Amino acid sequence: MSGQPIYVPKSGLAKWFETRLPLFGFLHHSFVAIPNPRNLNYWWTFGGILAFMLGFQIATGVVLAMHYTPDSKLAFLSVEHIMRDVNYGWLLRYAHANGASMFFAVVYIHMLRGLYYGSYKAPREVLWILGVIIYLLMMATGFLGYTLPWGQMSFWGATVITSLFGAIPLVGSTITTWLWGGYAVDNATLNRFYALHYLLPFMILGVVFLHIWALHVVGSNNPLGVEKKTEKDTLPFHPYFTAKDGFALVVFLIVFAWFVFYIPSYLGDADNYIQANPLQTPAEIVPEWYYLPYYAILRSIPSKILGVTALFSAILLFAFLPWLDRSPVRSASFRPLYRIFFWLFVATVVGLGYIGANRPEGAYVIAGRILTICYFSFFLIVLPLLPLIEKTKPLPASIADAVLGRPARPSLNPGHSSASEVR
Amino acid sequence: MADSASLQPSRRDFLFIATGAAGAVAVGASIWPLIDQMNPDASTLAASTTEVDLSGIAEGQIVTVKWRGKPIFVRHRTAKEIAAARAVPLNELRDPASDQSRVQKPEWLVVIGICTHLGCVPLGHQGPYDGWFCPCHGSVYDTAARIRQGPAPANLAIPPYKFVSDTKIQIG
Amino acid sequence: MTFRKSYLVLALVGGLALSLGAARADTSQSSAPEMQPQVARQSWSFAGPFGKFDPEQLQRGFKVYHDVCSACHSLNLVSFRDLADPTGPAFSEAQVKALAATYKIEDGPNDSGQMFQRPGRPSDHFPWTFPNPEAAKAALGAVPPDMSDLAKARTYPRPFPLFIFDAFTQYQEQGPDYIVALLNGFTRPDDPHWNLYFPGHKIAMPKPLTDGQVKYTDGSPETLAQYSRDVAAFLYWAAEPKLDERKEMGLRVIAFLLVFAALLYFTKRRIWEGVRH
Repeated sequence: MSGQPIYVPKSGLAKWFETRLPLFGFLHHSFVAIPNPRNLNYWWTFGGILAFMLGFQIATGVVLAMHYTPDSKLAFLSVEHIMRDVNYGWLLRYAHANGASMFFAVVYIHMLRGLYYGSYKAPREVLWILGVIIYLLMMATGFLGYTLPWGQMSFWGATVITSLFGAIPLVGSTITTWLWGGYAVDNATLNRFYALHYLLPFMILGVVFLHIWALHVVGSNNPLGVEKKTEKDTLPFHPYFTAKDGFALVVFLIVFAWFVFYIPSYLGDADNYIQANPLQTPAEIVPEWYYLPYYAILRSIPSKILGVTALFSAILLFAFLPWLDRSPVRSASFRPLYRIFFWLFVATVVGLGYIGANRPEGAYVIAGRILTICYFSFFLIVLPLLPLIEKTKPLPASIADAVLGRPARPSLNPGHSSASEVR
Repeated sequence: MADSASLQPSRRDFLFIATGAAGAVAVGASIWPLIDQMNPDASTLAASTTEVDLSGIAEGQIVTVKWRGKPIFVRHRTAKEIAAARAVPLNELRDPASDQSRVQKPEWLVVIGICTHLGCVPLGHQGPYDGWFCPCHGSVYDTAARIRQGPAPANLAIPPYKFVSDTKIQIG
Repeated sequence: MTFRKSYLVLALVGGLALSLGAARADTSQSSAPEMQPQVARQSWSFAGPFGKFDPEQLQRGFKVYHDVCSACHSLNLVSFRDLADPTGPAFSEAQVKALAATYKIEDGPNDSGQMFQRPGRPSDHFPWTFPNPEAAKAALGAVPPDMSDLAKARTYPRPFPLFIFDAFTQYQEQGPDYIVALLNGFTRPDDPHWNLYFPGHKIAMPKPLTDGQVKYTDGSPETLAQYSRDVAAFLYWAAEPKLDERKEMGLRVIAFLLVFAALLYFTKRRIWEGVRH
């Protein structure tokens, strides 16, 4: 069933091509033959889904760009033109807008999986940092894209976020004016945001290439966090993981389709169906849901410069995870205390998100500050100090030991239950 | 793996083929919107009609109006031009069409002003037949806008139009 | 991780996306410090996975817009031809043509360089009573919002945990529900600018609709309750004209994906058969 470990060109033409550019050998090695830990669970399918989403967003984005007009007077109208008149325009636009949300939902699951199973630890530091760079580029792209429909929330979101740079001492206001290309968010801003929104996805594509390269150098981590040692620990990528990833992708697409076809405006903001008005701020400015935890951190700190610093540190701390977490054990499955703190961290982020969606008044302010402290404590206190007190469970000697059992057990039930697959 | 394959080869093959076919359907169906979005949209298809008031066009004059983004020539032909167009035997024409078939009223010729060669706009009252002459590649049209010389394969096309009154036409 | 824990994780992380998004939508109207009564949920023909617009209701709603709202409110993004949409109000081509011709559209410049008025055509957009927003403000005291997207640009707060359920029950009709509530919310006869549902209660628009104001030809009751529902449905169509097409396609896409997922599941099981992992 599994393919050849090494690509052997069959026809004369293929041989001729392969000696000049070993492209198919490279692809075969990367996506067919590459040995993966056999115990990867469904949390490992989200990387493939992310690759799909990047392609999906680029494809829908390019065709939307064929109808969109980056002009402050026409942008809103051109988006409505797409929604009303362009063939399948409503589908492309809803799919692209909800696609951004799906992209972030999946990237958060992907990141949390890395956090839970310690995927950032040596030798995967570069792989992890490339991922953080992709995440930063995604945040920039998402923000720029949200500006383009030129609704009220587009405009005021752009105003608020670009004003963050005003917090930088001495050069802040110069930088903001430079970003705007004027004295406020206006036509010049919209034009450059459009150009950058088109550019950044291709930069993401480049970093994704490096990310996958780095992944194939060090290999996938796995739920046990024990490095693969022998061939018994692994299965070839194709057909085992292509089938598993394919199934997960289609299940994900059902959720995605639910949003696009039935609740396309659920994750959007009603105010963005009002054309941008530079003279009137909406009752409440909230970013897209995927920025809310950081937005809550920003608002929790009653100082512009410190708030902005906290906001950016909260994101950049992810890049330092490989050195903040001192535990030699990767997987949370063998770290009982870390597992608790991991879920507390998830709850903190969800809580910050909820607070970010509400007006900073009364109890929300206090709760926001407490959770902000919790957020930073996880990175700066829990991760470095936990290994000092944590008693980890014994690790299996190898993946094969844990999965296949040490003494070769008699042949297994062929129709094993789905429960064991999800593990 | 091999055992189960040999036990039930047909069921196994059917499963894989069905899955592959469903995948092909999925890809095909998702590509169609990406292609169809480039077709003319609803507002373009609903593009309005153009009305032309003929009362201001003097005999011998050619007026160019815009319809669906294209130039339309409205030519008020003189008796001499009509006679010249009708005197030509059809077998001399590359794209045979009688003058009568190209007009609703003999003195009014209405054609799409796009050379059938490669899309340039021909110049009026020029060329050996005093019809049109295309400056791009030298196609020559007569006073019924039929191709007479040069590389163009066909006569200038006639847009759908009707006389709403004696002095007014509606194109489209 | 155990099987059960995986589900917990799935629920938590999936819930993150849903809850945060809705939490935000939830608060976008909460500027009023005073308590506002909960907006009542209406039953709409276009709600849910099989939802479709009711052309007769849209035709009545259009009549309310045409006879009342259009005196002040524009409908910039909608063109006359849209009214012939078979999944919308489904007026006949001839009706649309006749209706369009009753409007004066500015066109030009003509050969002498002058702008001129001509009768509307189906491809024209609805013109506005006012030449510009400033003129509207000078005449009315405030600029009436454009109505093309109004039913998607208005909402009301959905408290926890309702907004979570909304993702599963496909409740997307907050806009029309709010419009119905607003039109029925002018409850103080002494103050036509007081509205029960408007954030802050002071609304620039005085009570626009009363019983018997618009004549219906299909025998529907000529009451405020009926008018408000009809016009809200019309406005939702104006904001989301592709709704029928979207929901129909969604049904087919999701049905296909379920079959495809099942096929892939069995393919995957077949491939992994007997492979310990």
